[in-house]
Amino acid sequence: MFGWEFPPYNSGGLGVACMGLTQALSSKGIDITFVLPKRFDVNVNYMKFRFADSSLKCIGVNSLLSAYVTSESYGLKALRARSIYGNNLLAEVARYAKLASEIASEVDHDIIHAHDWLSFLAGEAAQETSGAPLVTHVHATEFDRTGGTGVNQQVYEIEKEGCSRATDVIAVSNLTKNILTSNYGIDSSKVHVVHNGINPDSFDVPNRADISGIVKLKEMGYSIVSFVGRITLQKGPDYFLQVAKKVLEYNKKVLFVIAGSGDMQNQIIMEAARMGISNRVLFAGFLRGEELSNLYKLSDVFVMPSVSEPFGLTALESLAYGTPILISKQSGVSEVVDASLKSDFWDVMDMADKILALTQYKNLRQVLSHEGHDQAMKCTWDKAADKTIDIYNHLLKT
Amino acid sequence: MASVCFYFQVHQPRRIKKYRIYDIGKNSSYFDDKSESNLNNRKIIKKVSEKCYLPTNKLILKLLKKYPKFCVSYSLSGVFLEQLEEYSKPTLKSFQKLVDTGRVELLSETYYHSLSFLYSRSEFVSQIELHKKKIKELFGVTPTVFRNTELIYNDDLGRFIEKIGYKGIITEGADHVLDWRSPNFVYKAAGSKDLKVLLKNYKLSDDIAFRFSSRSWSEWPLTSEKFAQWVSSINGNGQVVNLFMDYETFGEHQWEDTGIFKFLENLPSEILKHPDNDFVTPTDAIKRYKPIGDLSCPNFISWADVERDLSAWMSNDIQKDALRRVYELEKKVFLTNNAKLIEDWRRLTTSDHFYYMCTKWFNDGDVHKYFNPYDSPYDAFIYFMRVLTDLETRIERKLQIYA
Repeated sequence: MFGWEFPPYNSGGLGVACMGLTQALSSKGIDITFVLPKRFDVNVNYMKFRFADSSLKCIGVNSLLSAYVTSESYGLKALRARSIYGNNLLAEVARYAKLASEIASEVDHDIIHAHDWLSFLAGEAAQETSGAPLVTHVHATEFDRTGGTGVNQQVYEIEKEGCSRATDVIAVSNLTKNILTSNYGIDSSKVHVVHNGINPDSFDVPNRADISGIVKLKEMGYSIVSFVGRITLQKGPDYFLQVAKKVLEYNKKVLFVIAGSGDMQNQIIMEAARMGISNRVLFAGFLRGEELSNLYKLSDVFVMPSVSEPFGLTALESLAYGTPILISKQSGVSEVVDASLKSDFWDVMDMADKILALTQYKNLRQVLSHEGHDQAMKCTWDKAADKTIDIYNHLLKT
Repeated sequence: MASVCFYFQVHQPRRIKKYRIYDIGKNSSYFDDKSESNLNNRKIIKKVSEKCYLPTNKLILKLLKKYPKFCVSYSLSGVFLEQLEEYSKPTLKSFQKLVDTGRVELLSETYYHSLSFLYSRSEFVSQIELHKKKIKELFGVTPTVFRNTELIYNDDLGRFIEKIGYKGIITEGADHVLDWRSPNFVYKAAGSKDLKVLLKNYKLSDDIAFRFSSRSWSEWPLTSEKFAQWVSSINGNGQVVNLFMDYETFGEHQWEDTGIFKFLENLPSEILKHPDNDFVTPTDAIKRYKPIGDLSCPNFISWADVERDLSAWMSNDIQKDALRRVYELEKKVFLTNNAKLIEDWRRLTTSDHFYYMCTKWFNDGDVHKYFNPYDSPYDAFIYFMRVLTDLETRIERKLQIYA
């Protein structure tokens, strides 16, 4: 299996999804070797890891790659760091592919499974070497990342080629499947929808620990509305601000927390100040572990205003902690959770209206919390693994 | 003898528009959605008139003329009738023509199709009176058999209804009430002096209302000949077959291309082929057949969902909250003595508002989802509560003026 990031060295949902899926697959007896482009100290004992830079003896060197860099920002970073790596992202992707074919000849395998475009070339190279069937797994497309404008042609080609050459394609939602069939011309009969999930056991943390005074603010009667995600166009942080402004016109006792980092962070901070709401918008930075779970737990509403969200794992995580969600209709998670409020990402009035309703009506919050929690707990990696294994079995039979 | 008793429920609520927080205090038109969505009440009345009411009424009139033994009954809610007056006069006229034949019985109910019996006896009586007045005004008749909202019923309700002058009531033939007994007889309500109860034969009714076009049903396609055989087979162990359903079954739930109109058109002749069969209205049935025994029903039943209880309207916390709050306003709204405020409040008592908030079957995506014009039950709650807040501020302002 070819991936690109893995917790704790992840910048977003791709790493979390790879971990959730591989854990569930190996518990069902699938023997996985997980290949990453560079060496990490990964503390996982249920599967083997291979690192595509081991032959370069770069163990422990921080790579410049993260799953969500754009071609442009990678060029800048590489220049500053004077890395031994190629100074553009596409060269890096090609380098990964070259090393992938070496690994494919060394590791015994029946199926090659590649996650997202950054590892598609590696997957294809491995397939050429071993002849095993290739499954490409699409967690996001270039159309999601760019909001549909300024699609990078080379990235698009890699995505298209990877999905065309794959024997089977896994899409994380019907939304993504539709993009693959309509924008990439992929034959819909080979695209299987496997929704992401959560691991229900990892959410029984009952106590609401104190973080950064948020508890006190709640005691003072503030409602907490949170945004968890990269601060980038795809996630709609600018809409979140507009919604915050509208909500504050009607209810001053609401605090908006943005957890995450990203290319639009400075712009968003400036924008909040310009709008005169920076005293009600808190930037928490990139949170993980207990800090993140505390934020989920303390929030009264979780908002995901994504312009285009192939799945949206954070929404499930929020529900797992019992916090009701307001999500964009343009999201994969809205296909699996009914107990939620949904809006179009551009409909600022509607989102503000719904947040105000949630802060106002306790019973509504409770019903959405209980029912949402129950529904989220049913979206498990276990189910995703079962579907994936069905796809594997079918491949091995034919 | 097997007498077929047709009863059709005809009701359309005034659906609440997407009433935003920004509207509170500024905009007091709650029911005038003008979008293309299913919240646009005018659009729905027009659409359902085209697809169902007009063609079905035309067909029923034809059947009444052709078969002197044929008869049917309706309950037309007050909110439905006033919307016809506003949006579709021809439809109203077609119902009037049916009643004019003298073989169409109209039943009594609460004007606003409400759950008022559960919350306020005085409001319950007022809404029944309002409905009676409307029926008299539009059709020149006075109903004598009662049908509570969505066939909601229990012993208390039966006794109450008898006290205010009704001879009979219709309700669901729920398994857990009937047990081994058959719905195909007239019963006497337990604890009443002589209130007759007619029970819906839900198997045969739902064969038409729900299963008619279902290709996965082993009896599909359902012909009128086959259906008439099922009806005839109760001869000897039953007297009256109560076929109770939404009128929208014809042309709206079951589209014309499923053959539902052909089915209905051929049904009277098929039923009447058997010499012991005929048709009755609820009043005919309770006059002709003696009760076979007492029917005791201490707990509330209804015709909704597999549970056949009140859970479609009051099972989760948002439904209970919304219901409690609307009836909490009752005293205050009457203190204002303002007809417009009272009317708006009453329109909010319509049971459909609470039905839309039901999350019980949400995951199964079945009938609740089909009937829900909102994105979700939570949206239904939000808009309802917003309207209630606005209404409350209007009431407060009126009362302040008096004080």
